[in-house]
Amino acid sequence: MADYTVIHEKASSFYDVFERKAELQHQTHYCPGCGHGITHKLLAQAIDALGVQDRTVLISPVGCSVFAYYYLDVGNIQVAHGRAPAVATAVKRSRPESIVIAYQGDGDLAAIGTAEIIHAANRGEPITVVFVNNGIYGMTGGQMAPTTPLGGKTTTSPFGRNQWTDGFPMHVCELLASLEAPVYIERVALGNNKQIMQAARVLRRAVENQVKGLGFSFVEVLSPCPTIWKMQPVEAQRFVEREMTKTFRVTNLRDRTKEAPARPAPAPPPALVDIPRILGLVNGDGAATSEGRPPARPARALDVRIKVAGFGGQGVLMLGEVLAEAALDAGYEVSWLPSYGPEMRSGTSNCHVRLSSVAIDSPLVSRPNVLLALNEPSLRKFLAAVEPDGIILYNSEHLPEDCARPDVRMVTMPFTELADQLGNSKAANIVMLGALLETTALLDQERVTGALRRKVKSQKWFELDLAALAKGREEVRKGASS
Amino acid sequence: MRKQLCKGNEAIVKAAVLAGCRAYYGYPITPASEIAEAAALYLPQAGGIFLQAESEVAAVNMLYGAAAAGVRAMSASSGPGISLMQEGFSYLAGAELPCVVADITRGGPGLGNIAPEQGDYNQIVKGGGHGNYRNLVLAPASVQEMADLTTLAFDLADEYRNPVVVLADGNIGQVMEPVEFASRAFVPPPPEWTVRGTAETRHNLICSIYLEPDLLERHVRKLEAKYQRAEREAVRAECWRTEDAEIVLVGYGIVGRVLKAVVEMARARGLAVGLLRPITLFPFPVAQIRELSRRAKAFAVVELSTGQLVDDVRLALEGRRPVEFYSRVGGNVPSAEEVLAFVERKFRACAPMEEVLIHG
Repeated sequence: MADYTVIHEKASSFYDVFERKAELQHQTHYCPGCGHGITHKLLAQAIDALGVQDRTVLISPVGCSVFAYYYLDVGNIQVAHGRAPAVATAVKRSRPESIVIAYQGDGDLAAIGTAEIIHAANRGEPITVVFVNNGIYGMTGGQMAPTTPLGGKTTTSPFGRNQWTDGFPMHVCELLASLEAPVYIERVALGNNKQIMQAARVLRRAVENQVKGLGFSFVEVLSPCPTIWKMQPVEAQRFVEREMTKTFRVTNLRDRTKEAPARPAPAPPPALVDIPRILGLVNGDGAATSEGRPPARPARALDVRIKVAGFGGQGVLMLGEVLAEAALDAGYEVSWLPSYGPEMRSGTSNCHVRLSSVAIDSPLVSRPNVLLALNEPSLRKFLAAVEPDGIILYNSEHLPEDCARPDVRMVTMPFTELADQLGNSKAANIVMLGALLETTALLDQERVTGALRRKVKSQKWFELDLAALAKGREEVRKGASS
Repeated sequence: MRKQLCKGNEAIVKAAVLAGCRAYYGYPITPASEIAEAAALYLPQAGGIFLQAESEVAAVNMLYGAAAAGVRAMSASSGPGISLMQEGFSYLAGAELPCVVADITRGGPGLGNIAPEQGDYNQIVKGGGHGNYRNLVLAPASVQEMADLTTLAFDLADEYRNPVVVLADGNIGQVMEPVEFASRAFVPPPPEWTVRGTAETRHNLICSIYLEPDLLERHVRKLEAKYQRAEREAVRAECWRTEDAEIVLVGYGIVGRVLKAVVEMARARGLAVGLLRPITLFPFPVAQIRELSRRAKAFAVVELSTGQLVDDVRLALEGRRPVEFYSRVGGNVPSAEEVLAFVERKFRACAPMEEVLIHG
């Protein structure tokens, strides 16, 4: 550890005059004997010594040190109660060259901000966290803190902290030391000059680790609060030295600074001209992804309102997507809306598809003129909603007797079995699509195969789908001629 | 650029990256998770940050950090997660930090369900956090608007130094429609007031605390003046077949789409119906509604809540015209036929309306 040099002058990272303070700009707002003043100055000295004043961003918490930004002449961000590690995370990730120091008290860090500190530590954010623990809520006037010792009388534990109702004082360093990512965790105290000298060294290490690009560094500072403890400053300092250190062991709990692997440098950002390609908006050659062809004009007036429905896993959504994609390619306005959520994972699934030669008002299909029912529950659910003169394709050999709709065109075929004959029952949806195209001449074959080409990544599946399309068409032709 | 099919939730992310968003901090929730997933896919490739936060509380505070450091950043969530973000909205607005949050609403209260609802209107438009602040709120009704309004959201957030919420419902998030994106990507330089760990930004301070009552009042008045400017300059609404409308339907998001179909159906049956679809929910299109009230005899609000938007319509009209209300909740979206039946039930008795009284 580096030798400590006694410095007799104020650090330049500590303001000469506290202009952000309303009055008494030559003295801090801290009480006599408060540990924050010492900790601030040690931190300022560390920043000076490391030559990072311009690069430093201090995150001020809520609590007595809410105004840390009055004093430290660095970039300053004051944040919500307990959230300093979350804010520090984003600042550091936004500006990796900055030196980000989150400064928090015990209520802020160990109570309301427990989740934020644990997760920032667990992610190994390469920031420095200074945790000032005085075992009490100072700013709000002496309520119990998560670090208040057992028996400690506070305004909210007037009979003393009781393990049965209030739990035990939290050992934050030990908690964080159970995580893999942190590289440096140490508890120091401000109980006497020797301890303060040690605190200075440790704070400097914790900032230096960040300057070196190492990971998460954490320093807990056991600190006196004479006012709330109702002690004289000297007495309070002695209490830190003799009593607090019994509950909270002054020690290093983690030092992996020597073996910590260097963090990989962020890759340089791509050129802005590459962003559309990265987003999949254009191909590598800059052409629009839909094969780069100029948009087609609608061949004819169309207002098709399709409901596709079946069991999850029958390719209901895929069938709808292929129809929408092909119709878009043919120049129509389209919309595709799935039923979503748990329904997708089990049970039934359906989607609303609209293909139109004019702008589509609502993407919801309440009165379909095409129903593609892949199972019986879907047929029964949507049968009555189908418009007169509409068309229903139903996946079965026979239509249930009570499902007759003489006013609509009914195509009943065992699409799953037909797909089975091709080697995979999962292509039933595309066999049905082939049957639909043959029955209605809704879209040109090439638009549909083009859409399949774009949607189906595997060549094997694509070929199966082409066979399925042909099979569906063929079965309808057979039915028509028989 | 040629139109391509895209899901609403995905369109938000693509538009955001094109608009210079380089950070996404969020927690997964249905029906907004596709936004996090697309962000996780695209942002690292675009040289940005994707971080799955431990909670929405952490996520919104990460937006605070990113904004303070001068990076365009966004998050997305749905009702329960948005409730957790309210602390952050208040702090962001108080510290005058820009950010964009997409709320893909679902059914509530509590866990409710994941189907579309519009019950987040009050917590987003009126401000669910503490103090005198507003979110600017944009309400897309199509995938194209998911893209366009996300772009606008980043510009408004920077211009007003305030959170902007893209308030969409599960349907607009899940629907796939053709969309045309901006052809060029853009990253604005970080604003001067940000804290970036540099010599030139060392004296900058981001905070929302003003101990002195006079100073806080001055700050709150400054925010108030911004919101008043937004009310003058940033209002957007779509008026559809309202030129001769005697009945004006009002609805946003997916409801706005259903109401367009209702307008056509009602007109085919001889009712002079039009649609006012607010695109900004704050600022609210008060002037547009008052203007329409000069000709229209009545208004009918349709929303997926038990009555949140309707309050703003009533406030805008100040009793000038009667306001009928139709609502579905729990994840049910009314069909056009259902709304048409409501419109006919309410207004058929007085049709045809030949005489139009114009007041004011």
